[in-house]
Amino acid sequence: MDARWRRRLRTQVATLLAVLLAATALTFAITAVLPGDAAVAILGETASQEDVAALRRELGLERPVAVRYGEWLLQAVRGDLGTSYRTRERIATMIADRLPVTLELILLAQALALAMAVPAGILAAYRSRSRTDAALGALSIGLLSTPAFVKGIVLIYVFSVGLGWLPASGFVPLSEGLWANLGSLLLPALALALAEFPVYMRLLRADMIATLQQDYGLVARAKGLGVREILLRHALRPSSLSLVTVVGINLGRLVGGAVIIETLFALPGIGQMLVSAVYQHDHFVVQGVVLVIATGFVLINLAVDLAYAALDPRVRIGE
Amino acid sequence: MSETPTAGRAGAPTTTPAPRDARRARWREPGLVLSVAWLALLVVLALTARWLPLPAPDEQDLLNTLAWPGPGAWLGTDSLGRDTLSRLVHGGSVSLTVAVGSVAIGLLAGGALGLVAGFFGAWTDRLITGAMTVMLCFPGIVLAIALVSSLGPDLAHVTIAIGVIFVPAFARIARANTLSLRHREFVLAARVLGARAPRILLREVLPNTMPALLSYAVVMLGVAILAEAALGFLGLSVRPPQPSWGGMIAAERSNLTDAAHAVFVPAAWMTGTVLAINRIGESARRLFDVKAQAL
Repeated sequence: MDARWRRRLRTQVATLLAVLLAATALTFAITAVLPGDAAVAILGETASQEDVAALRRELGLERPVAVRYGEWLLQAVRGDLGTSYRTRERIATMIADRLPVTLELILLAQALALAMAVPAGILAAYRSRSRTDAALGALSIGLLSTPAFVKGIVLIYVFSVGLGWLPASGFVPLSEGLWANLGSLLLPALALALAEFPVYMRLLRADMIATLQQDYGLVARAKGLGVREILLRHALRPSSLSLVTVVGINLGRLVGGAVIIETLFALPGIGQMLVSAVYQHDHFVVQGVVLVIATGFVLINLAVDLAYAALDPRVRIGE
Repeated sequence: MSETPTAGRAGAPTTTPAPRDARRARWREPGLVLSVAWLALLVVLALTARWLPLPAPDEQDLLNTLAWPGPGAWLGTDSLGRDTLSRLVHGGSVSLTVAVGSVAIGLLAGGALGLVAGFFGAWTDRLITGAMTVMLCFPGIVLAIALVSSLGPDLAHVTIAIGVIFVPAFARIARANTLSLRHREFVLAARVLGARAPRILLREVLPNTMPALLSYAVVMLGVAILAEAALGFLGLSVRPPQPSWGGMIAAERSNLTDAAHAVFVPAAWMTGTVLAINRIGESARRLFDVKAQAL
């Protein structure tokens, strides 16, 4: 690690902290300024004025937003995200319970999407403008035009209702067996993956076509290397740069998709936790989940930056 | 990596027809014509829904629930015996209003921010770009859920929420285009002639960013429909009994086993619409030769 690298890392960490601060402050502002009161949400619309006022005092809701944010931040730095208004559970524990489900879902979805997109992208680029290419293009536009929950419903209809192979909803933890666990996540992960697959495939195809036209592609062919060798070794690696970036950025987008898919498949992940917390005006839970998501997002961007350097020598030496 | 956006096999003969011919040929593409026709039909149906010979969208017929498509109910009925076609037509006006409204919000606010950030640079740029980065830290749908659940589910709030999540993307595109235009000769010429910043922005820079922004806006219309459907699916779009496409699918989900058509007819209707929009967007992008900008 030379000086340049350390400087770059330092800038990245500073950006990370700034973004986290701004993201949590924004969430705090949204949940505090907008109508919809946690006290009313807990007690119900029929509660008396006095009861609501008492509960607001107890929850500390009548103090200024800035003070509450400051307090929350001080505690969050120490790893204490507060307790849920609703269940009185510790939020850090709630997140720790649910995060693995979402992570497993997202990683499985990414793996499935890449497993489909890389071969399809290579094929479409190698046989560019062929009928296969056109069919893959049409398929990807069709998939991009279908909302994730409809894909999920179609998958449920085919594999649960029709064939009866996989469960339509619910989550089986890893402790009850790997296969049961994967089985319960396969359909939701596939529903998410089918949304990412066209994006990755189109990206890889475009980059591969450009790479294959460069001089070293020609050299590789002139040397008499086989198709497989040229495609996988000489074309795929330099073409995977934008793919790595987008795969990284998409992890954040996948969390958004997970919110819907977890609701559809009744999976106990942080997406579902977030939705119910938003419905119930459970502000601190929303805060905590947003903090976790934003942290993950920023860390991923950092990792993508590092992966970039590892994949392309030009980035490593240049700049 | 980006010198050659499209590429044939080496040695393939390339014929470049004259632009006018290309434009005319584009209208002969059956897919595009079909897409435009379908959207035009949807708009006309949505505008004239009140006078169409269809049952009211909330008119229940409990003796005729989950009926298959046939005479009387062309696209079948839902679990309360309401006419699916009528609900799709009325739900269409919700989807189209949200799509046009939210894209307009994203285009105006995001476009203005991006233009200003790219043109003035320095701290203005850093401030706006920073704010947009923060917004991109939220998965868009999460932000929309938070906004709608706080404001209350109705048409205007759904439109605003989706419009807000579109702002950063439009700002990015406007900024990137402005950056590349800022030092071009015609901008310099305008400046030398004594034009002030607002005039340069509106008369010189803005018109040149429009192709990229508008062809992106077309694609975002489809994204907006999908987002509205997702909110409707979560019960956060217009309140029932007013129909929305996402809400219709969500409501009939439990009947998937014995009346799949009640779910798949609205789903197909919606997918067809977004497909048509994407098809038109693709052509618009090719027409203006805009490089696809990943989000």
